[in-house]
Amino acid sequence: MAVSTEIQAPRSGRIAPEYTRHGRSKGNFEMGAWLFMRLSGVVLVVLIFGHLFVNLMVGEGVHAIDFGFVAGKWADPFWQVWDLSMLWLAMLHGTNGVRTIINDYAEKDGTRITLKTILYVASAVIVVLGTLVIFTFDPCPAGAAAELLPSFCQA
Amino acid sequence: MTAQNTEPVEPASKVDLAPGVGGGGEIPSFDITLKVRRYNPEVSEEARWDEFKLTMYGTDRVLDALHKVKWEHDGSVSFRRSCAHGVCGSDAMRINGRNRLACKTLLKDLDTSKPITVEPIKGLPVEKDLIVDMEPFFQSYREIMPFLISSGHEPTRERLQSPEDRERFDDTTKCILCAACTSSCPVFWTDGQYFGPAAIVNAHRFIFDSRDDAGDMRLEILNDREGVWRCRTTFNCSEACPRGIQVTKAIAEVKQAVLNRRI
Repeated sequence: MAVSTEIQAPRSGRIAPEYTRHGRSKGNFEMGAWLFMRLSGVVLVVLIFGHLFVNLMVGEGVHAIDFGFVAGKWADPFWQVWDLSMLWLAMLHGTNGVRTIINDYAEKDGTRITLKTILYVASAVIVVLGTLVIFTFDPCPAGAAAELLPSFCQA
Repeated sequence: MTAQNTEPVEPASKVDLAPGVGGGGEIPSFDITLKVRRYNPEVSEEARWDEFKLTMYGTDRVLDALHKVKWEHDGSVSFRRSCAHGVCGSDAMRINGRNRLACKTLLKDLDTSKPITVEPIKGLPVEKDLIVDMEPFFQSYREIMPFLISSGHEPTRERLQSPEDRERFDDTTKCILCAACTSSCPVFWTDGQYFGPAAIVNAHRFIFDSRDDAGDMRLEILNDREGVWRCRTTFNCSEACPRGIQVTKAIAEVKQAVLNRRI
């Protein structure tokens, strides 16, 4: 076997191309995302445990939950705001978490972009639909079968 | 005759030892199996494991076992080592799945009943056997400008610093750039884009140095998409550091400093 005696020149800052960083990122997006993760986490602990306590422990507890119970809660602006903040914070917190997981685990740019697109679309749909439901919820839709409606609708 | 000659000869040890203890006593020996990850791109693109059966002593380190292999069994086994005493940072490798310096890991501290595996550190391109291309690692190191930058008047004498100010960054001065931390980081393994713990530790060393004036520049560099915010605090780096640097704590302090500067 012919052995090449040619010796390469010593390294002159030569670096494997896949390790080269593509420019410097501008702005504080990653810092904001990091900070949001921690702050929203703290707020969510209060919101979620408050939600669980009111729904499952207060009064008749879990047995009181039905269509009418939810309708009654959303008639009150306090619970509208509570549930809205819970929805938005939980969705953004979760989306941001999955975004970092995709960034950490996706090895190809194509995979990364595809997964993130699916994630953002899914999150946007859920946030929009959830917000819509909280504000436009009608406990007594016209023309619905009477036995499916809560008792106060007959009035 | 002078007085000197009449004095009794100074004993080798001032402590009386029981016979058979110390002073050239028998060092316990044991048999080990060393499994070395072999890779030679000139022969095959595939890496493989080679096993060596060795008789080693209680005072031997993994590096001594590698030396024995290279000098007595297979001269083609390649690895880096310079000082062999835990200071130069050349011989970081994955020993039994953990990043260690071969020259600081005693064989008797490992489970000698099973084969001891030795692999190159992860996340950097392997060049041959246990030797990796350290250039991406040093590139990140260079980017954080690991040197004193000061503005204003040059002092005519040395730059003085109080012991308290020196203590602030003492832990991160211990880095020997062995890459054990960066190559133990799962975020770095993914795509090698993350600056990595070592670069952040060395930035920390200057950011918190009262004599240095370029802290803001370094914080700006590490505020990057691939900077401190990619740290997931898995503590792999703190666990891997052969110098016992609290790496994850240093990264957290840099995160805090970036936040304090921005908000």
